[in-house]
Amino acid sequence: MTSTVILFLAVFAASAVEAVEALTIVLAVGVTRAWRSTLWGVAAATLVLAAVVAALGPALKTIPIDTLRLVVGALLLVFGMQWLRKAILRASGYVGLHDEEAAFERSRAQASAAGEERRAGMDWYSFTVAFKGVLLEGLEVAFIVVTFGATEGHLGVAIVAAAAAAALVVVVGVAVRGPLARVPENTLKYAVGVLLTSFGTFWGAEGAGVEWPGADAAILGVVGLVALLSLTVTWLFRRRRAHALRPSAGAA
Amino acid sequence: MRYIRGFGRFWWDFIIGDDWRVAAGIALALALTKLLTSNGTNAWWLLPAAVAVLLVATVRRGARDPLTTTQEPTPGSETSGDGA
Repeated sequence: MTSTVILFLAVFAASAVEAVEALTIVLAVGVTRAWRSTLWGVAAATLVLAAVVAALGPALKTIPIDTLRLVVGALLLVFGMQWLRKAILRASGYVGLHDEEAAFERSRAQASAAGEERRAGMDWYSFTVAFKGVLLEGLEVAFIVVTFGATEGHLGVAIVAAAAAAALVVVVGVAVRGPLARVPENTLKYAVGVLLTSFGTFWGAEGAGVEWPGADAAILGVVGLVALLSLTVTWLFRRRRAHALRPSAGAA
Repeated sequence: MRYIRGFGRFWWDFIIGDDWRVAAGIALALALTKLLTSNGTNAWWLLPAAVAVLLVATVRRGARDPLTTTQEPTPGSETSGDGA
C-alpha cells in the first residue's frame, strides 16, 4: 500500500514536471504560428507515447521478476541520479534555475523566425516542434510509467498518475493562458530524483538477490536516506559556492 | 550512417546523460552486490553506500565544470533523461 502511494506520487510529480515543459513549447508554437498544426503534433506524439506504453508494459511482465528488478533498478538509478545531480547543482547555485518564462520567450522567438513551410494545409514547423517537444518530454514519463508499473505490478496506477498530472497541467495552462512559471519545478525535480534513486536502489538490490531488513517497509528507509544524503550534499555545495564567491577567497 | 550515429547519440544522452561514470559505477555496484549475495552475504548496504559515493562525486564534477551539465535546451531538442 505504502509503495503504491509512493509510486503514484513519483509518477505524478515526474509527469507534472515534463508536462509543464512540454506545455511551454506547445503554447509558444501555438500562439505564434498555427494552433491546428500544433495540436496535430501533440496528438501524434501522444499516440506514439501511448503505443510505447501499450507495447512495453505487457512485454516487461513476461520477464522474470528478479531480472526485471535488476535491469529496471539499474536504469532508474541512472535516471534518478541524473535528476538529483542537476537538481542539487541548481539548488546550490552552480547551474541556473529553469525559467519557463524565458523558455517560452525563446520558443516564441524561434517560432517567429522560422520560415513558412505549409503543405497539405499544415504548418509543418508547428507540427514538428510540438511533436518533438511532447514526444521527448513524454518519453521519460513513459519510461517511468512502464518500469514502475511493470515492476510493482501496478501499470494502471502509474498510467492514471501520469495522465492525471498531464491533465492538471493542461487545465491550469489553459486557465492562465501562459507558461506555468510559478510551478516549483526544481523542488519537484528534486523530489522525483530522490524517489527514482530510492526505487532504483531498492529494486536493483532486490534483483541482485538482497533481502532488505524490514522487507518492503525498507523502501521508506531508503527514501529517507537518499533525501537526507541529497540535502546534505546540497548544503555542502551551497556553502562551498558561497565561500568561493567571497572576495577574500579569490584574493587568498 | 549519420542517422545511425544520431540514433545512438540520442539513446546515450537519454539514458546515460552528462556523466557516464555514474552509470559505470552503478553497474559495478550491482555486479558486486550480486556476487556477494551469491556467496551468502546479504549485502543490502552496498548499493546505498555506492549511491552516496557516486552522488557526491558526480555533483563535485558538475560543480567543477558546470558547462558539462546540460543547459537550458532549445525547445523540443532536449534528449537527456534528467528532466532538465
